Formats: sequence, structure tokens, C-alpha cells
Amino acid sequence: MSTQTIPATVPVSIGSVLRVYRTEAKYEFLKTLRQPAYVIPTLTFPLIFYVMFGIVFGGKQAIGAVNVATYLLATYSTFGVMGASLFGFAVGVAMERGYGWLQVKRASPMPPLAYFAAKAVMSTIFSAILVTGLYALGVAFGGVHLPVANFLALAGTVIAGSIVFCAMGLVIGCYAAPNAAPAVVNVLFLPMSFCSGLWLPLPMLPKLLQHAAQFLPPYHLAQLALRQVGFASSGAPWQHISALAAFTVVFLLLARRGFKRDDVSVNA
Amino acid sequence: MSGGMQEGRQIVASLEGVTKKYGEVTALRQVSLNVRAGELLALLGPNGAGKTTSVRLMLGLAKPLSGTVQVLGRDPRTTSARRRIGAMLQVAKVPETLKVKEHIDLFRSYYANPLSLRTTLEVAGLEGLENRLFGALSGGQKQRVLFALAICGNPDLLFLDEPTVGLDIATRHLIWQQIRTLVHQGRTVVLTTHYLEEVDALASRVVVLNHGAIVAEGTSAEIKSRTALRKIRCVTRLRPVDVESIPGIRDVSAHDGQMEIRTMQVEPVLRELFLLDPAITGLEVSNSTLEEAFLKIVEAKNVETKITGPGNQEAQKEMTA
Repeated sequence: MSTQTIPATVPVSIGSVLRVYRTEAKYEFLKTLRQPAYVIPTLTFPLIFYVMFGIVFGGKQAIGAVNVATYLLATYSTFGVMGASLFGFAVGVAMERGYGWLQVKRASPMPPLAYFAAKAVMSTIFSAILVTGLYALGVAFGGVHLPVANFLALAGTVIAGSIVFCAMGLVIGCYAAPNAAPAVVNVLFLPMSFCSGLWLPLPMLPKLLQHAAQFLPPYHLAQLALRQVGFASSGAPWQHISALAAFTVVFLLLARRGFKRDDVSVNA
Repeated sequence: MSGGMQEGRQIVASLEGVTKKYGEVTALRQVSLNVRAGELLALLGPNGAGKTTSVRLMLGLAKPLSGTVQVLGRDPRTTSARRRIGAMLQVAKVPETLKVKEHIDLFRSYYANPLSLRTTLEVAGLEGLENRLFGALSGGQKQRVLFALAICGNPDLLFLDEPTVGLDIATRHLIWQQIRTLVHQGRTVVLTTHYLEEVDALASRVVVLNHGAIVAEGTSAEIKSRTALRKIRCVTRLRPVDVESIPGIRDVSAHDGQMEIRTMQVEPVLRELFLLDPAITGLEVSNSTLEEAFLKIVEAKNVETKITGPGNQEAQKEMTA
């Protein structure tokens, strides 16, 4: 009988573990790529907004040492990765958890981390596509003169920083009902973007908002991004990095609590 | 299959004195349960009886409040246990933008020694559908994909939570056939269901759950005989009090001159009836349906005959008494 003959523990090679992570990420990306409800808003909204505010209205006006199009390249990159990560995690996890799919995966031998890593890889790919699109538009029509090396530093910064939005999305995904998650994300995403100075340069906003911005994660990432395009941002990088790290830790702790609560939420 | 044969086999999964609560609701109360190698154990019971909770505990998806859960000699949450387990759970929505073969390929990658894609498609009856997006499948086909994901890892132990709920008869029979084949290959299957027909078709052993407790346990045949009450209807001048003393009668009722008697021993009871009233007319004998029989077990508030493990003979005695 197979029960007796199969060895109790099958050795697990690093290669096979990597293969699981790769396969999980590949299908997470394919699955998402086939969802217009994710792909279209994620990729087109930041591009359209950037063309409107950054190129048509802002154009070549100067702000600090750079022009508005360059300034907003940094902030719309932040806006874009935030959308890709927030929606990817919040809506994805809320649906898969709420409709019972996550249970099936958790009952399987899938390493739990592979599930989250795959979503992070997916949102990274979409972020990279988006940031490249913004850069191309800025260079072609906005008078952006940013060397490729600096652009890569900008892309690296916003993508690395997007971990805070992945974590935030995870919190929403762990608590929100599947059909409520998109609304919850929008309610947080749009005001938070505006108040962090992602749509219009922060110096153009009322003083009160400028002070409030430092309590929002996107503000800190935008400040780091601005530094990469040559705008002298306020505050030292380590301050922004520690703020982002603190937000991330808090979100991850909240998400962990929500995840454990899952055991209770399913009906007998 | 007799209880004695089951006894000798290795235990592959067990609940021991397990109590589980969801908030204020007690889903399982001091439940002990062994799953033995090579058997097909059916957990039978109405909604909310604790069937799914038992499965969730054995899959490590829920933690017991008290008691212990073991699967393949380990904590069910360990990867080494999960690599030998397959599970088909009730899912409201599966990601719809992956193809059938992509779903299977992903789940195969989790296991050390999976079945090939072709074999998986074949066993689940999905040949020709591998390039369809999950969202484009019919209800029965979707259910078959979930079955495919449960078996593609070549598991020794398979949990099927209501595998055929809402399926058409053809698909149900296809899945039954495949489950039989899997058991025949030496795999162990734990199945929850509220279809008695399914239990009848598949199970070597049955555990009946109600309100989070085991109310009956035995082989499929034992459970059936325990509940195999038949119904006698006739028009007679006798009143219920006149016949109550006939041995073997479970209950009797009468209205509009029609008498209805439930018993397991139809022939001796009929003989007595004719002696008491040779003028009986309108005689009708029917088997109570399995559905009715099942409700009887579950509704019996004071279950005096709890058929458990070594107590099988005792239970047999009580049934024939």
C-alpha cells in the first residue's frame, strides 16, 4: 500500500523550493494580466494624470532646481507604484481569502511566503512598466532631462519603497469583505495621494496639508523619489526611510492579526 | 468490510477529545475519531453538524480549543504532512483568469512526486478542457478542476469536503468512480457529505455527526440496517393501544381509520396484525427512504445506542433486540 511504502519525509531541495516561488509568481502575473479591472486603471490612470498635470498644465515651469514635469515624474511614479501594490494586495487577498480560495492554498504544501512573494513580484512588474511609461512620456513631451542612471535610481527607489503599500494592501485584504475591498482602497488611495503632494507639488497646497502630509506613507516615499530627480526634498533620507519602515512594521503586524483571525471567520 | 479488519490498520489521521468553538458556537464537542489507512471514511450529517470543521482541523486550517489532532503522525500544519495530503474544499470563487492546465501545473509544483498533467486531466475527466480559462467552465467542470487540484499531488490521504454538491448525476458518478479507483490504489479518503446515496456508493465506514458530536459510527451496512425501518399502512378497526405490544414495533399512529406502523421486522408484525384483525384492508408496505432513516438518527434526542469502535457487537445486539 502506498501509505507504507512512501518515505515519511521527502527531502526538499533548494531548487524545488525556488521552482515553487517562480511558478507561483509566473501564474500570479498571468492571472492579473488577464484582469482588465486591474490592468487598465493601474497602468493608464497615472499616465493620463501625468500628461494632464505634469505635461499639459505644468510643463516647463520651474519648481526648485527642476521643471514641473520632472518633479511630477517622481511623484506620479510614487502614485503609480502605490496603486499597483495597494490594489494588487488588497483586492487580490480580500477576494481569495473571502471566497475560500486561500483555504485551498493554505491546505496545500505551498510555502505561505510564496503566496505573498508572488503578489509582490506581480506588482513590481506592473510598477516597472508604469514608471518606464511615465519616464518615456516625460522625456518625449515634458522636457524632462533625466539621465537613464538617475531614472533607474528613481525606479529602484519607488519599487523598493512600495513594500509599505504592499503591507497596507495586505491589511485591507485581511480585514475587508471581497466586494468592499476596491472601495476601501479608493477611499484611502485618492485622498492620501492628493494630501501627500503626489498630484500637485506640495508647495502649491495649503500649509495645513503640508504639515499633515508627514503622517502619510506616500509623502515619505515621494520625498525619497524627488531626491533621485534632483529636487532638494525636505528632511534627511534616513528620516523618510525610518518612517516608511515604521509604517511597514505596523501594517505587517496588523495584517498578521487579521490573518490569524481567519480561523474564526469561517463557518462550521 | 467488517469493523475487525479496520481495527488492524494503521491510523493515518485522528482527532482525540477535540473541542472546537467559533466564538460562542461550539462546532465540535469532545470528538474522537480515527481514520485508518486505506479506508474511505464518510462524515455524514446535516449542515452545521461539524463535518467541515473536522476536516479543517485535520488539514491544519483551524486549531482545536482542546484535544489533539494528528495527521500521518504529525501536526497537520507541517509541510511534510501536507505534502502527502490532497484537499478538495468548498470554494465560492476560484481565480477565473487562469487556464485549467495552469491551475493544475501550479498545484503540481507544490508536491514532491506529483501525477503528470495528463494523468491528472484524465482522472478528473478534464481532457480537452486544459486550455480553457477557469471562468469559462460550467459548474460541473469547475468542481472537477477542484478535484484535479486535490489529487494532482499524488496524495496518500485525500480530504473531500462535499465533493459532489450541486453536480449533475453524470458528473457525480464520474467522480464516484474516480474516488473508488483512488481507494483501490491504497489511498485513504475522508469524505463529508449529506447525500446518503453517496455514502452508500462509496464509504467503507461512516461517522454520523450532529450538533458537533458523533451520534453513530459503523460500517455503511451497519448504519443502514440500524436505520432500515419500514412502514406498514392499513385500514383497521384496531387502535394504536391494541397493537403497541406487538414486539418489533418502533412507533404507531392512526388517523381517519388509517394506521401507520414503523418497524424493522415487517413479516412477524403483519402476522400478529392479521391475528388481531383478520378484516384488515388497504395494506401497504414501504421502505422508509434513506433520507427519513437518516433524519431519525439525527433527530433522536436521546441516542442510547452509540456504536463506537470495539462496541460494534454490542450495537449489533441492540439493533436486533
